[in-house]
Amino acid sequence: MSTPEHLKYTASHEWVRRESDGTASIGITDHAQQQLGDVVFIDNPAPGRKLKQGEECGVIESVKAAADIYAPIAGEIVAANTELSDAPEKVNQDPYAAWMFRIKPDNPADIDALLDAVAYQKIADAEKS
Amino acid sequence: MPFIPHTDDDVRAMLAAIGVSDIAGLFEEIPPALRNDALTQVPPPATEMAVLRLMRERAERDGSYLNFIGAGAYEHHIPAAVWQIATRGEFYSAYTPYQAEASQGTLQTLYEYQTMMASLTGLAISNASLYDGASALAEAVLMAVRLHKGARRVLLPRALHPVWRRVVRTLVRNQGIELIGLPYDPHTGQTRADAFPADDCAALVVPQPNFFGVLEAVDELTDRAHQRGMLVIAAPNATALALLRPPGQWGRDGADIAAGEGQPLGMPLAGGGPYLGFMTCRAEHLRQMPGRIVGRTVDAVGKPGYTLTLQAREQHIRRSKATSNICTNQGLAATAATIYMALLGAAGLGQVARTSHARALQLRDALTAIAGVSAPFSGSIFHEFVLKVQTPVAPLLQALQAQGILGGYSLVNDYAELGQALLVCATETKTPADIERYTDNMARIIGRRFQPAPCALKPS
Repeated sequence: MSTPEHLKYTASHEWVRRESDGTASIGITDHAQQQLGDVVFIDNPAPGRKLKQGEECGVIESVKAAADIYAPIAGEIVAANTELSDAPEKVNQDPYAAWMFRIKPDNPADIDALLDAVAYQKIADAEKS
Repeated sequence: MPFIPHTDDDVRAMLAAIGVSDIAGLFEEIPPALRNDALTQVPPPATEMAVLRLMRERAERDGSYLNFIGAGAYEHHIPAAVWQIATRGEFYSAYTPYQAEASQGTLQTLYEYQTMMASLTGLAISNASLYDGASALAEAVLMAVRLHKGARRVLLPRALHPVWRRVVRTLVRNQGIELIGLPYDPHTGQTRADAFPADDCAALVVPQPNFFGVLEAVDELTDRAHQRGMLVIAAPNATALALLRPPGQWGRDGADIAAGEGQPLGMPLAGGGPYLGFMTCRAEHLRQMPGRIVGRTVDAVGKPGYTLTLQAREQHIRRSKATSNICTNQGLAATAATIYMALLGAAGLGQVARTSHARALQLRDALTAIAGVSAPFSGSIFHEFVLKVQTPVAPLLQALQAQGILGGYSLVNDYAELGQALLVCATETKTPADIERYTDNMARIIGRRFQPAPCALKPS
């Protein structure tokens, strides 16, 4: 299982990457995709939607389960990765390349307050044991 | 798949394994005050022979009538083979099999049912059926609101079946959804496409035909609703689909969802059920479709097989966020519908629809030739129509019933504005002789009872 050090994480298994344009990309972690199994469908939030931190904003569906996606930070959706509608398996193949949506943060410092790779790894390990 | 209950020995062995002395012991944790085990109103057990006799006597008391009532439940000829096959042991469970994939024959039948309903409605996706037409429509309303993701108002025409309107209201009223009535044109009997409210609405329901038997201007209604950002829910009569353009082809883009009653496809009237709700939708709305869906796939060695698919929409996986709390389908009724459609084929179904339409027109012409009987709506009909009479409807229907004829459904309570009006239906089951019998009796009753006695001397 990989947990890249340059990303931030949530306890609900999203990863967050700060982009150069000030937005943040969000996807699900390697651990999460392993737990879900083969992903078959992604229901992304629509661009323009404003989200509170922790708000449910999407669904990721696998052959055996469906999981909610929560907004790691407050902000406005500025893009959804439409490529995943036709190829949801990319989430399994490379979870850190397969971003689901991008948020323009209300408060960019919120990203810094998220979990780092070491802290997230502990949570994921605890779930597996 | 065998459906064999446990023997007494099985039950004893299972109870022994968990250390409980009897079945009642399993319910010990329920406080006595909450138990309702004394069913004082239920009569004592009776033998099969006694029950059969009771039922026969009750059935005989119902009488046997020449039936011209439709109003949502339609009498069609059901080929004897339909229920002969549907009640074979392999099919004869009313319920969705729990080990679905162990019942490949059942799944294949449901898959074929879905294919037929998708084809009849002109929409890509069908579920494996719902309980009945009214609750299927309520599910369609909920589905449309989920898909719209904005407005929570839905337009229900007043010309939609009044019972369906009540069922929809019951099922959606606690979900913050507002149902808005849409008036009908008093001359044509069609739902008015120019009367949409100014508010944002999620969906428009379009019955075809509507409760009056009148064919709606489906293209105009569909296009106008789509222009306003609404989804279109078609509620078509199943038989009429064999003759009319399917909902998937209404207007420029077609309806989004179709939901209706499958009873005309091989189910007897049977005092109201069990009936069959059908539901189909456009491919892109698949994820919001409620109910079970059977898919075709291949097994590990490449042989075709059938499976319940897309179950992540359903309650046992998605819990409170499921598309619906419906986790089942109307398996036996859907099986009967599949066999009915397969036996008749497209041509046979078309013939049923055409004959029903022709008989209804003949009956309407014959009845409206009677003085004091008129058809208030000018809109085209399928196999049902409204009659206005210049005499009170209730005693008229009673007098017809005394002659062994169920003359129609009184509209006096549901549509008081129509005055003394009734809804009359003729399907392919009504012969020209039946139509004549109804017409003769109607003319005689109206002439005898409700018109002034003829003057003995004619003015010269």
